[in-house]
Amino acid sequence: MKFDLEGLTVHFPYAAIYPEQHAYMGELKRALDARGHALLEMPTGTGKTAALISLITSYSLASPSRPLRLIYCTRTVHEMEKTLAELRLLFAHLPAAASRSLLALGLSSRKNLCVHPQASAAAARDSVDTACRRLTASWVRDKAASDPDSTPLCDFFESFDRAAAAGDLASYMPPGVYTLADLRALGRDRGICPYFLARQMVKYANVVVYSYQYLIDPKVASIVSREMQKECVVVFDEAHNIDNVCIEALSVSIRKQTLEGAERNLRRISQEIDRFKATDANRLRAEYNRLVDGLAQRGNLPISDAWLANPALPEDILKEAVPGNIRRAEHFLAVLRRLVRFLDGRLETENVENEMPVAFVASIHSQAGIDQKMLRFCYDRLHSLMLTLEITDTDEFMHIQTICDFATLIGTYTRGFSIIIEPYDERMPDIRDPVIQLSCHDASLAIQPVFERFQTVVITSGTLSPIDLYPRLLNFNPVISRSFTMSLTRDCICPMVLTRGSDQLPVSTKFDMRSDPGVVRNYGRLLLEMASAVPDGIVCFFVSYSYMDGIVNSWNEMGILQDIMQHKLVFIETPDVVETTLALDNYRKACDCGRGAIFFSVARGKVAEGIDFDRHYGRLVIMFGVPFQYTLSRILLARLEYLRETFQIKEGDFLTFDALRQAAQCVGRVIRSKADYGMMIFADKRYSRHDKRSKLPGWILSHLHDAHLNLSTDMALHIAREFLRRMAQPYDKTGSGGNKTLLTEEDLQNMAQDAMEM
Amino acid sequence: MGSMTIGAKYKTTLKDPGTTGVLRMNEDKFIFTPHDPRSAMKLNVDFRSIKGHKFNKVDGSKPAPPLLNLSKDSDKGGGYMFEFDNVTNRDLSRDFVGKQQGTIPPKPNVPPENSVTSTGEEQLSAAEMQRRMKLLQEDSELQKLHMKFVLGNILQESEFWATRKNLLEDKANKGSKQRPGFKSAMLADVRPSADGRTNKVTFSLTTEIIHQMSEKDFWTKYFRAEYLLRTKNTVAATAEAAEDEELAIFLKNDDILAKEARLKIKRVDPTLDMEADAGDDYIHLPDHGIIRDGSKETIDNDGELARRTLSQDLNRHAAVVLEGRSSDVELTDTKTVAEAIARSKKEPPSSSISDDTNHERLVKVARMTEIEDLQAPRSLPYAPLCIKDPREYFDSQQANALRSLGGNNDGRHARNCRLSTDDAFDHLLGQISSIKVNGLNYPVIQSDVALKHWAAIQELLRHFWSSYPITTSVLYNKVQRLKDAMTQIYQKLQDIKESAQPDVRHEISQLVKPMTQALDAAFNHDLEQQQKSSKSGNKPNGF
Repeated sequence: MKFDLEGLTVHFPYAAIYPEQHAYMGELKRALDARGHALLEMPTGTGKTAALISLITSYSLASPSRPLRLIYCTRTVHEMEKTLAELRLLFAHLPAAASRSLLALGLSSRKNLCVHPQASAAAARDSVDTACRRLTASWVRDKAASDPDSTPLCDFFESFDRAAAAGDLASYMPPGVYTLADLRALGRDRGICPYFLARQMVKYANVVVYSYQYLIDPKVASIVSREMQKECVVVFDEAHNIDNVCIEALSVSIRKQTLEGAERNLRRISQEIDRFKATDANRLRAEYNRLVDGLAQRGNLPISDAWLANPALPEDILKEAVPGNIRRAEHFLAVLRRLVRFLDGRLETENVENEMPVAFVASIHSQAGIDQKMLRFCYDRLHSLMLTLEITDTDEFMHIQTICDFATLIGTYTRGFSIIIEPYDERMPDIRDPVIQLSCHDASLAIQPVFERFQTVVITSGTLSPIDLYPRLLNFNPVISRSFTMSLTRDCICPMVLTRGSDQLPVSTKFDMRSDPGVVRNYGRLLLEMASAVPDGIVCFFVSYSYMDGIVNSWNEMGILQDIMQHKLVFIETPDVVETTLALDNYRKACDCGRGAIFFSVARGKVAEGIDFDRHYGRLVIMFGVPFQYTLSRILLARLEYLRETFQIKEGDFLTFDALRQAAQCVGRVIRSKADYGMMIFADKRYSRHDKRSKLPGWILSHLHDAHLNLSTDMALHIAREFLRRMAQPYDKTGSGGNKTLLTEEDLQNMAQDAMEM
Repeated sequence: MGSMTIGAKYKTTLKDPGTTGVLRMNEDKFIFTPHDPRSAMKLNVDFRSIKGHKFNKVDGSKPAPPLLNLSKDSDKGGGYMFEFDNVTNRDLSRDFVGKQQGTIPPKPNVPPENSVTSTGEEQLSAAEMQRRMKLLQEDSELQKLHMKFVLGNILQESEFWATRKNLLEDKANKGSKQRPGFKSAMLADVRPSADGRTNKVTFSLTTEIIHQMSEKDFWTKYFRAEYLLRTKNTVAATAEAAEDEELAIFLKNDDILAKEARLKIKRVDPTLDMEADAGDDYIHLPDHGIIRDGSKETIDNDGELARRTLSQDLNRHAAVVLEGRSSDVELTDTKTVAEAIARSKKEPPSSSISDDTNHERLVKVARMTEIEDLQAPRSLPYAPLCIKDPREYFDSQQANALRSLGGNNDGRHARNCRLSTDDAFDHLLGQISSIKVNGLNYPVIQSDVALKHWAAIQELLRHFWSSYPITTSVLYNKVQRLKDAMTQIYQKLQDIKESAQPDVRHEISQLVKPMTQALDAAFNHDLEQQQKSSKSGNKPNGF
């Protein structure tokens, strides 16, 4: 359908629209008009993505003078696929002339895009990267020019290179929507490298869909997203965890294995330097001269040589000259050796140590003789050296990279970080596993450049409550900040708080209660009863892997698991992504064929992050416990302290906020549209407390009746049966009377007219 | 329909090379004319002298020519054997002959080994026969009808069952359409009484080592390994694995599983492919990001021996249950089962490259993304009408129509016929049906007697109406027989009416009236048809 929104013609790929989508688009348009940032919370199952891409695409179509480009960031590759599928649907509904001029594509790593038969067969991401570099690095290609027989090249890259030189890359990629699979198919079809083609075409694409890291992580952003202009609209979807992503992007940890690996790397580098000295000393000298002029020439590197860039952000580092004492390869190598030795010594500690970067840098200076400026340049100096030495198997050098990454970060930032050295994991005190963790506490450090660089950044998710916290955490000023509720024709979601088991005793995952066999049994009975009453799919979320493992084992021993399996098949999320993916696939099959299944998953896990359990794939979600973080973690404590001092956010508030956003995220996976329906059980007595519950997003709270706040298993079962019976009745999709929940084109016209008259 | 001409070879015996010629068949006789005019093998036989026909099963396995044997008399044996160029020709002639014989060849659902020996009159498999017997035993009403008509020679066995195809088919096809699932019971502990399913799983993973061990060894080692895994005694497991190479196979990570997983992952829905994330997310590089921030847990999975967890077991178990029983091999010998599974696993070719352009996958994703209730209402899906074999279609429609008529009180709307008489019949039937129920309220003793006839009348009428239009002599004969039976019942009804006491006579006649009306309608229809056919001369029913 096509309608008019405050003077803008909006193309929408469906025949009707939800009122909240309409309102969402309105707010978004205001943000675009004002060229400012926006923070929008809208419940899951109301078509955020469709509303977003429709409005932004329509906006850019309406103002050809201001070509608006959309950078759509998703958390995961499968969400990327979903978004691209929605884009495809939208493009199919655009006027023919418009859809013929638009290009949308997804971008991922070589691992997901490579079509070279040998290189793509490698299992890990890094080995694909390495295999690719071996075939495409500039020096390999130079060598092939002189000795074509013994040097294999990648035909796909060669044809890309020819096309890029001739400037007709666009002819390889006609307008349209390209998912990763489409890119691969295109690559195979036309014999061109899809990875580099996509990397180049990103500059010309109207919509780019990629992962958060491509914008937030400075190592990746400055090579992939360097050429994005200010006119871009950046959208972070499912952004409720964006602060954690930012923090992770600037955090590094060093373990014993890292240091051992780094020493191996250094030995190899030293051998390489000796070899070059003997054969091609000029190369090293040329590098020295280049370093005198600063590192700014990086921008001119051939596309195939580009590597993860500097992990820190400040621009000036690229323009400065490299300090004299690390310009020579041998000197730099000696510095790195001293650094590794220093870190090794610090790792020997018996106690937990917590230091600020400034103090740590000072102790490095005094004990290893490396000053802050040298530390800052470590990463780029290493990068330059490895290019000079023509090292292609970069994944072998992961460890020394990590060390340099660490060095550059502590050399650059003086606040917002802390260095924590732990001899063992708090949860397993008898296993010695020392680690030096550089943890970032300030999410705004990583995302600040994004806010500065792009005129409109939209942060959106189904759970951004409390919405006023995010601007503080990320340190920005949105022009629009709004939370939408859901208009429903019928109560298609049914949240319940279950506080007691079938024996009327309280259930909780509090530390003192979680291993109580009574609680374990009550949780098991709850699931068993629900499995016998609820059709199709049930999803269970647990507070952690170890808790899930423990409780599933207990259920197995108690025989509850066997009883549950009488009703439905059971699938479990494991740390192994391949296995989990297959389990999910089987889970869906089991739901499709009517057998019904239960999926056990972990809050904060990968499944909770991005997999939808909509329609029959999830008729009920049970959240076992409150997913608090492990509060004794030193890093968490350090972060809480930083938050209190810098942003005046109380520890308890932050922890509850964090736990409840995870819980809301978990249960929100159950519903996708208003035709869908699902139940949500919060199984912990702590949810009945107002201070916890009130942190849930409004769209859940508004359906949480007072009568459902303190249930036991039998009562919940009764409510579930009633609810399912009610949902089975036919209903009026469009809503009745004044409370329209589905707007058609006609309704929108009437609304516009009413507004005119007023 | 009148006649049929087809090339064939006439053979006197099975070994006879045969005489090539042309076989002409019409409604009452068949003529064989050899190509060689000198040949003496000319035939001109009346169909009435043919009592049955046989044919052989031709499938790819052995090079048997398609044969059709028209037997003179099933007792004496002997007859006319024809060989055809191909099976289609044979089947055409067989069907033609079958029509003259009033028998319908068995449907392909009859197992082949039985159909080879089947004879023309009643080509029934033992299974089919059993099914019929069972139906009769279960339903006394049906048994009564069967006794009355089939044994009373009013209907033929096949005719009787033809209208009850739905009954037969429902029973026959239930098993094949819906694959039986596995019971979802896990091998909870190391018990000697492992069920067949779990045996299959383990066997299927380790088929190649069967050749190296005896069956007993295999199981001993398997359970030893299970025991070690279950007790989580890693030290003991490592020690034992070091000593015994074969035992180590069970304890180590399973290569076969890993390979399979890699293949499968290429086929999963991209919207839940989390493996792709692992390749995209730079945060998941080793040592980047925070390890112990309180939300993540460290999981070490190094160590050569597989650290098999309950969750892995559960996932694998559920996957196997979901896969269902892929092969039809009976669970007798573990080795044959294992080999059968290994075979079936090999079948799907690894079409990993073409997956990118997999249309099905794209369609699935597109469907997953659409928001259903925003979509404009779609027109209902329909299946295009495609009638390959009109006769089969007619039969199935008949069965459908009868299903809604038979015994049901609201069968009225079920049929939409061209003939106004059919409408009348339907209408009447509805009336009768309602009275069948309401009639019980009358305080009439004889009503029971009358109602007893009702089932019989229904059965007769059902056959009567389904015989129209009368296209063959078989149907004609059937109608004659039915008419006789109907007349008898009609007479009985009249008797009941007349013998009733005067005070209940009115009620009785009310009760019987719809039945007689229905019968009257049938007789009228018959009369009309006869008049019509006599008017149009030799062309009955407009053919």
